[in-house]
Amino acid sequence: MGIFGRIREGLKKTRSGIMGRLESLFSRNIFDDNFFEELEEVLIGADVGVETTLEMVEKLRRLVREERPGEADRVVEMLKGLMLEVLGEESSGLNLAAEKPTVILVLGVNGVGKTTTIGKLAGRLRAENKKVLVAAGDTFRAAAIEQLETWANRAGADLVKHQQGADPSAVLFDALSAARARGSDVVICDTAGRLHNKTNLMEELRKVRRVVEKALPGAPHEVLLVLDATTGQNALAQARVFNDVAPLTGLVLTKLDGTAKGGILVAVARELNIPVKFIGVGEKMDDLQPFNPTEYVDALFSPLT
Amino acid sequence: MVFESLSGKLRETLKRLRGKGKLTEKDVDAALREVRLALLEADVNFKVVKDFISQVRERCLGKEVLESLTPGQQVIKIVNEELTRLMGQSAAKLNQASSPPTVVMMVGLQGSGKTTSAAKLASFLKKKQHTPLLAAADIYRPAAIRQLQVLGEQLGLPVFQLGQQDPVTIARAALESARKNRNDYLIIDTAGRLHIDEELMGELQRIEKAVSPHETLLVVDAMTGQDAVNVAKSFHEKLGLTGVVLTKLDGDTRGGAALSVRSVTGCPIKFAGLGEKADAFEPFHPDRMASRILGMGDVLSLIEKVQTSFDADKAREMEKKLRSQQFTLEDFLDQLQQVKNMGPLNQLLEMLPGMGQMGKKLKGLTVDDRELVKVEAIIRSMTKKERLNPDIINSSRRKRIAAGSGTRVQDVNNLLKQFDMMQKMMKQFGKGKIKGRGKFPFV
Ligand SMILES: Nc1nc2c(ncn2[C@@H]2O[C@H](COP(=O)(O)OP(=O)(O)OP(=O)(O)O)[C@@H](O)[C@H]2O)c(=O)[nH]1
Ligand SMILES: [Mg+2]
Repeated sequence: MGIFGRIREGLKKTRSGIMGRLESLFSRNIFDDNFFEELEEVLIGADVGVETTLEMVEKLRRLVREERPGEADRVVEMLKGLMLEVLGEESSGLNLAAEKPTVILVLGVNGVGKTTTIGKLAGRLRAENKKVLVAAGDTFRAAAIEQLETWANRAGADLVKHQQGADPSAVLFDALSAARARGSDVVICDTAGRLHNKTNLMEELRKVRRVVEKALPGAPHEVLLVLDATTGQNALAQARVFNDVAPLTGLVLTKLDGTAKGGILVAVARELNIPVKFIGVGEKMDDLQPFNPTEYVDALFSPLT
Repeated sequence: MVFESLSGKLRETLKRLRGKGKLTEKDVDAALREVRLALLEADVNFKVVKDFISQVRERCLGKEVLESLTPGQQVIKIVNEELTRLMGQSAAKLNQASSPPTVVMMVGLQGSGKTTSAAKLASFLKKKQHTPLLAAADIYRPAAIRQLQVLGEQLGLPVFQLGQQDPVTIARAALESARKNRNDYLIIDTAGRLHIDEELMGELQRIEKAVSPHETLLVVDAMTGQDAVNVAKSFHEKLGLTGVVLTKLDGDTRGGAALSVRSVTGCPIKFAGLGEKADAFEPFHPDRMASRILGMGDVLSLIEKVQTSFDADKAREMEKKLRSQQFTLEDFLDQLQQVKNMGPLNQLLEMLPGMGQMGKKLKGLTVDDRELVKVEAIIRSMTKKERLNPDIINSSRRKRIAAGSGTRVQDVNNLLKQFDMMQKMMKQFGKGKIKGRGKFPFV
């Protein structure tokens, strides 16, 4: 089953959740203040956030006033359209370098799923017959290196590691040399989880990025921020600060196999205009899917159409 | 979109009402609208917010507010009181078995911080002369067992493991081992799982049945959004939680999930995780969380932090000054000196009313050391008289100070404005009932 099949399954299970609410909301066909207020709650309940929600509902109000649609279906389409305006219609794949290796830096706060995502991504790329090397750039957390090693073995990727406590910049520097020597197509760099308000850790990250850039001109080709779908409004602050320290090229939204809707994505996309490249839908190797905005929005509203 | 503090917004709203004499129902609703938005921004679940607001509204429409001379402050007071009541009044203790070992089971979603919290809790207990045993029952995540072992080694704590065997078997054997070796606590780390994963939730129920834990602690990431209620509800229904550990509170989230979880489970939040190191773990103070969720600084935590880090006399002096509003720029400079050696600045500054905002004004979202250097330079370029009495700093003085500190007049203005705001707030704290751990009105 594809991800959105799963999301839809998940949604069916939780009729009392967002979609159940929307369904009863839209079946009324009366678009008055109550309707819009309830709609606000539905979006806020999906973590879209107050500001983004108010803006989106305001736009919808205007559209409804202008077009005077007769039925709910049409209003759903309008709302989907508004969401897609923010998320972009197209899915965007990985940005591969013209000359190998492509270097991918993976960032995020603690526990969002960086290492797991790297394992899954390595698996995907291996399935496309790419030679993949992963770099154990988390030298801080206990057993982080072993965790990545397990994933590297599962995926059939090479691994470059140092001891726990080593300088992460040095690990990545070595990884890049190794990748060139071995002719790797892609290098994926793990980093230690860090809260974005820890200035010293963010400075370390800035340095790590600079080292990668120096070691290989043009790198990193992708800087992916991993966001946990369960996270609320703080994800916006995360995206902002990480983007400031190491300009992001893409987002990965993990844990969409739960009941969280990851609506904060809409708020992040609205403010920072960074494409979502992948979604995580489980803990297994093949539980990483390319993000397709249209499907995501369709899945969100699927019981309605 | 910088979130202004609720108190700021409310002050705006209520200013418009000033001079109108008594409040009307409509006025109360306008004020509560701001409270509602603040709670939603803080990730409190929208249903929880709804209930909360309707409760507060009822009280606000009572005589005590409508006929009060300071209705604005009354509204705030009620909001804070109700929020504090909902969060629970005082820190809750860990349950204890009548005959040891006390069995503690850590459960929660993936990535919420169970393993780290298990190790921290054990370390916390060890410091109190207990003899905890850690058990590694996360057999799924790669290197999860290893992670607990490494932490155990670092902290000098025994770790029980049986490799990838059935977690129920592991838990049972760990209990045996704890009994045999006279460990007075057994802390079981379990694998992260989704609350809708029937199979894995069933596994937890089997562990529970096998070892009858005295504490089943749900580990919740403080950054969790609206879904916190579903997660907490499911875990509570399946396992009968006895408490919550709120992690990653050292981040800059307002942590509304705390309120959501608390209100759907009724369980006390027992511990807070405040960093990656083992000692960044404290009993949770629910009364302080209310002001954090509302976007107020946490003066009490600050004072406590200061007390442990500075010498006691200085701290007492500062506390007195904070409360009696005699806190001057001179003191501020003095604090900066000491603060420099205290580590995470953001964390400290966030705790100070007005300072969180000041940090934001100065540079994006973070306060970094360079900014502090700037602030320090500005204050250093003032004369002693100016530091003690900033009111005399007119525009020519501002120009001189800016030139002397290599900053812009605007920077000086900002600092003075923020300091003034801070002092005004202090004044309110001073006037209020801030005694010991008491509550305080915050506008
Ligand atoms: N259900 C689910 N779990 C996930 C997903 N992605 C990661 N996880 C789990 O989340 C937990 C944390 O994942 P990690 O990959 O260790 O996260 P991390 O960001 O590397 O963590 P740190 O390095 O400790 O900051 C693990 O238990 C993963 O199995 C997902 O898409 N769905
Ligand atoms: Mg990791």
